[in-house]
Amino acid sequence: MMATLIALALIFTELSLMAFGGGYAVLPEIQRRVVEVQQWVTPAEFSALFALAQAAPGPNMMIVPLIGWHVAGLPGLLVSSLAKFLPSSLITCLAVSVWERFRDRPWRAAVQAGLLPVTTGLVASSAVVITLASVTGVWLAVLTGVTAAISILTRAHPVAVLALGAVVGLAVSFV
Amino acid sequence: MTSIADTGERDLSPPTARQIFTGFLGIGLVGFGGVLPLARRMLVEDKRWLNPQEFSDLLGLCQFLPGGNVINISVAVGMKFRGWRGALAGILGLTAVPTAFVILLGVLYDRYSGDPHVQHVFAGLAAAAAGLLIGMAWKMLKPLLGKPQALLVVGLLFAAVAIFRLPLILVMLVLAPFSVLLSWRSPR
Repeated sequence: MMATLIALALIFTELSLMAFGGGYAVLPEIQRRVVEVQQWVTPAEFSALFALAQAAPGPNMMIVPLIGWHVAGLPGLLVSSLAKFLPSSLITCLAVSVWERFRDRPWRAAVQAGLLPVTTGLVASSAVVITLASVTGVWLAVLTGVTAAISILTRAHPVAVLALGAVVGLAVSFV
Repeated sequence: MTSIADTGERDLSPPTARQIFTGFLGIGLVGFGGVLPLARRMLVEDKRWLNPQEFSDLLGLCQFLPGGNVINISVAVGMKFRGWRGALAGILGLTAVPTAFVILLGVLYDRYSGDPHVQHVFAGLAAAAAGLLIGMAWKMLKPLLGKPQALLVVGLLFAAVAIFRLPLILVMLVLAPFSVLLSWRSPR
């Protein structure tokens, strides 16, 4: 148990400091650590946990407390949440205090522009990792294709798209 | 509404830690999907703790730092008005209810994941979540399509992370400085 909690703390502290561009950017690394390295959950379970986190209200990274809870109960939830949210928040606190000094520096624009394709590559990787873990049959492939098209072509609310997935799944289970 | 906010006029007294907590609690409570537009409405239009320019500046800072943008905003707003107590109030307000909600869903999943109907529902849910991610990746990629340097970075990163499954810390240490160097040297 202690070893698990320490592993959770180390993994999510590291990810907290690398999450440039928000939560989705580190999703492939969370999957690699939790599924492949530690083997705490299967790829299918990981996809289900991700979907659960997406179906809940609030910020993107709700999969972090969920994984902590799944792996080690309430202590796991507390450790993973603190490890994921505390380091980046401390940096934010520090940065707010010195922000004004850097406002007009040209290197800031270069760093922001340079991080954009990095974040995009990470989000594309997230999409592929989650798709490979989720799509295990023809109807699921069609569903992923349709929901991707809906999210690209319309302004449908993400929760409505998730609800569509759940309803289609329920319908298929009766076929 | 915006005209008042544009003049920078707002409540005279800065929000207390309790007000910061309940403000972000409201966002965490209803923020399905994208939380960022809700955060802007609360901070700029409803409570007027920030004027539009202050919000944009703060968002720019939060995007530049590691961590989730909205989580960083909750910390930054709290810090700005009430120091570290305010920062704690902001992030706890934002994450408390969603955490409880997600655990409830997790309990239901654990209890009923053996049921074939439930398995199909979660398979459908996961497939739809994957579709949403593909959509988001496409929306981020589209503005970069005319920029070969950016596409090179996207491709290298994708290969390293999605195909070769290399540890992220190695990939970031190599590719993030490389990408920043490319954008520094290219005329904008």
